[in-house]
Amino acid sequence: MQPRETRLYGRRAFLGVTAVGLSSLVWGRAAWQAVSGLAAPLEAVLPPGLVSGWRIYTVASTMPRFDPQTWRLQIDGLVDRPLSLSYDELLALPGADQVSTFHCVTGWTVDNVHWRGVRFADLLAAAGPQPEARILTFTSAERPYADTLTFDQAHLPDVMLAYAMDGKPLSRPHGAPVRVVIPDMYGYKGVKWVERITLGLDAEPGYWEQRGYDLDAWVGRSNGA
Amino acid sequence: MAPETVYIERFSATERTAHWVHATAFLMLLATGLALYVPALSVAVGRRPLLKDLHVYTAIAWIGGLVLVVALGDRRRLRQTLRDFDSFDADDMLWLRRYPRPQGRFNAGQKVNAALTGAFAVLFAVSGSLLWLGERDHRFRFASTILLHDWLTLISLFLLVGHLYLALLYPATRHALRGMTRGSVRRDWAERHHPKWAREQRQ
Repeated sequence: MQPRETRLYGRRAFLGVTAVGLSSLVWGRAAWQAVSGLAAPLEAVLPPGLVSGWRIYTVASTMPRFDPQTWRLQIDGLVDRPLSLSYDELLALPGADQVSTFHCVTGWTVDNVHWRGVRFADLLAAAGPQPEARILTFTSAERPYADTLTFDQAHLPDVMLAYAMDGKPLSRPHGAPVRVVIPDMYGYKGVKWVERITLGLDAEPGYWEQRGYDLDAWVGRSNGA
Repeated sequence: MAPETVYIERFSATERTAHWVHATAFLMLLATGLALYVPALSVAVGRRPLLKDLHVYTAIAWIGGLVLVVALGDRRRLRQTLRDFDSFDADDMLWLRRYPRPQGRFNAGQKVNAALTGAFAVLFAVSGSLLWLGERDHRFRFASTILLHDWLTLISLFLLVGHLYLALLYPATRHALRGMTRGSVRRDWAERHHPKWAREQRQ
């Protein structure tokens, strides 16, 4: 039998694809941002919830359920008048709207999210924050999730406690009825299912900060970015 | 009376075990991964911490299973299969350009699929490990890791659909499934679809 001329293309294909894939750890994000604008019309025709850009991250077995009759938002700690707000009372506070980009520390982002909610200055006014209060601790109904913002961070102009997203009341996966929105920080600082806000002096490490993530989660300037 | 059907061995027990370890792990990882990734499914399934653990432990079982197959199985046979995947002759190159040329134990498309599957396995393992490590130490956190893992999943889904179609439905190729379940295939089928290999088996 005549020896056939063979070429070892199999290993070349294997090594080539592996090398392209590994190198994409360096260029993937930039390349995706360059082309994802082209993919936007495609996303619009696919079923919502399938490729909305959002991923639903939770830490407990089940998501908290929101009952408007019994739900209360506690505001306590270093305040003159601790409050327990009902959902209707929260909605009656001066509202604010914004469109901002949501960044997850794991690398995905969602552009142009419409939020409606309450600025912290308006939310805390009735409780009367004491001058020495420096830290806001947000406790989630999803135990044991909690995180903090400094008083100054919470009063940045595009920070709010949001109760509506893209024109609809905040849905259960997104933290119904209220979540923290701070666009300049990664999403793990935006506590979902908030049920208690405590004003204090010191920041206890939040859920992900106990697991090595930065306390100040500035987008592009923290967590090794 | 019809002539007796003759079968020839295409896949040894070692190769079949490797295939089914890989296939089972892939489907488990796909199911748990989709529930972690697709928002509608995440909401319907819940139990994210459990799903994450299942996903990670399946990945460990997958790599461990393949290591065991190599450690305990017929390595000489595996090396032969790797050589078969690796070598492309002139007929293979023409076959890829849709000329009907005689093929060996694997046709050129199967060789390309093998190279992609191998590369994807490495990339899945690396990107998955980085996602796991990155949750514990930010030095392992790269903005593109999740993109790589997602795109591998998407492309793998297309490859899987094509693979299942050829293995289960397409009349010319679906007999190959017998090779992957029982090890042997009909000689007359092999002579039509893998004539160069069938000829070697006769010698």
